[in-house]
Amino acid sequence: MNENALIQTQKLVKKFPVGGGFFTALKDINLNIEEGEFTGIVGPSGSGKTTLLNILGALDIPSEGDAIVLDNNIGKLSHKEAAALRNHHFGFIFQTYNLLPVYTVYENVEFPLLLQKKSFAERDRLVKQALEWVGLMDKIKSRPSQLSGGECQRVAIARAMVKEPKIVFADEPTANLDAENSHNVLKTMVKLNQEIGTTFLFSTHDEKVITYLRRIISLNDGKIVKDEMVSGN
Amino acid sequence: MLSIKLAWRNLIGAGLRTWLNVFVLSLSFLIIIWHKGIISGWDRQAQTDTINQEVGGGVYWHENYDPYDIFTLVDAHGKISQEMENEVKNGKMTPILFSQATIYPEGRVQTVLMKGIDPNQQVLDLPTEKLNIELEEIPAIIGRSMAKNNHLEVGDFVTIRWRDANGAFDASELKIAHIFKTNVPTVDNGQVWIPLSRAQKMLQMPDEATIAIISKENGMNQQVSGWEFKDHDFLLKEIRDMIKMKSFGGYIMWLVLLSLAWLAIFDTQVLSIFRRQKEIGTDIALGMTRGQVIKIFTVEGAMNGFLAAILAAIYGTPLLYLQAKAGWSMPEGTEDMGMAIADTIYPYYGLRMIAVTASITLLSVIIVSFLPTRKISKMNPTDAIRGKIQ
Repeated sequence: MNENALIQTQKLVKKFPVGGGFFTALKDINLNIEEGEFTGIVGPSGSGKTTLLNILGALDIPSEGDAIVLDNNIGKLSHKEAAALRNHHFGFIFQTYNLLPVYTVYENVEFPLLLQKKSFAERDRLVKQALEWVGLMDKIKSRPSQLSGGECQRVAIARAMVKEPKIVFADEPTANLDAENSHNVLKTMVKLNQEIGTTFLFSTHDEKVITYLRRIISLNDGKIVKDEMVSGN
Repeated sequence: MLSIKLAWRNLIGAGLRTWLNVFVLSLSFLIIIWHKGIISGWDRQAQTDTINQEVGGGVYWHENYDPYDIFTLVDAHGKISQEMENEVKNGKMTPILFSQATIYPEGRVQTVLMKGIDPNQQVLDLPTEKLNIELEEIPAIIGRSMAKNNHLEVGDFVTIRWRDANGAFDASELKIAHIFKTNVPTVDNGQVWIPLSRAQKMLQMPDEATIAIISKENGMNQQVSGWEFKDHDFLLKEIRDMIKMKSFGGYIMWLVLLSLAWLAIFDTQVLSIFRRQKEIGTDIALGMTRGQVIKIFTVEGAMNGFLAAILAAIYGTPLLYLQAKAGWSMPEGTEDMGMAIADTIYPYYGLRMIAVTASITLLSVIIVSFLPTRKISKMNPTDAIRGKIQ
């Protein structure tokens, strides 16, 4: 095992019950991801990208093997420990933004900090900092319904980044965006990765995203078929 | 505190949807309290009217008197004692002389209880002053039911026949001087009220009475030779037992109304959880435990109940107050239902009743808010995040 790696998996297997038997979504996954990486898990639909991301993000557990994230064995965590790990160290960006519709931009970005029970002053500082990173200070009182797709995803990025997590998991973050917004969002994430050093792990099959990645882990039919460093943007 | 803060934010953020839910629920609360108020008012009126018009502060029965045995009337009469006489002079007691009699309205035969009462008495809330007329005929006042059943109107003459103390039968003409409205059947149906002095003369029972009713303000209750004192506990027992039985029916109605409120909350919660699965998955992804999510949804449901209670108090208090003042008019013919129902029922909203009803309603709302949230513990967050219906 690589002691410097933020994420390590060893013979990771994930099976889902289907009918009377099982469907194996991930087969014998071994990988290491180090701090500061801008990495994508790439593959066609059904290759197991989201499943792998969910396990690494402590939203699911492996059927066999180990997934060690920030020195935590995901398969052995209790619900509360997994929730705490997500709350303090992980950020999530979803394909459909998953913003809370009745909250303002400010309240959406503030939400993870409320769970950490930070003081109002600290929360306010961090929220404004995160919104400045994504350039949305002028939309602070808007509701998600009043924002464009690109703006929504930038709010989601701010929410993911507000607690300065170790790792951000982004599942198809550009799937619902046009080309221009996709590039804007990706450039924001590249900037955050370079300036703050947050590790980004993507699940994607979007070519636009792939061009920004510095490492591509190709998944096909639940197996890693290629793992290569690339130049990225 | 976090749950309350987030639940409050969710409710306020939902805007009109929240206020519509709250308003509808507040209507349920108001109807529950209004209904209980009507039942309480009806019950109190029944007791109050009985006290005001029949039993006063208590009754001295002649020792031979038994209201369930009409034959005792023959011997159930006697002179009242000196102490009782003093009370009568002070206006704190009124003697009444009973006798069986027969009237012949429109040629029919009707057995009645003839009651002689002092026209100037102030103890019972009956219009006995209408008997203060000098007539050759015997002036009488009767209740509305009695008048209706015997086709009698004010000014009508009707023959009355009675048997005096010596056993001799006699007859005369009654003139109906007044017809009064009452909710107390026992002063109406089959009763004819005439001046006490006339009754004593007719029955050859000078200065005698069958019962003597003390005023509500009179504290007299000592034993008097030849007379038995009956207090409210004794005299109102039947009506109180009837009220208890009615209360049981009232509780059933209360439970039905409460169940409707529960159903509203339960359905709102179920729909809310169903519609917000993605939000639930996101909350879990952002670091909430399932327990925290369940708590937020439960608190949201409970808050709906609290807001509804507050809203009901805001617009319900003046409404219920006005209604308690103005009363609720009963439709025509309610007296034919065989129950003591006033023309107008005045609801009674006791503080204890409101507090208990509100507490039970709110507590049950909290429980009902929690029940559907147990589904959250079975949700798969990865499916919920993607909006996959579970």
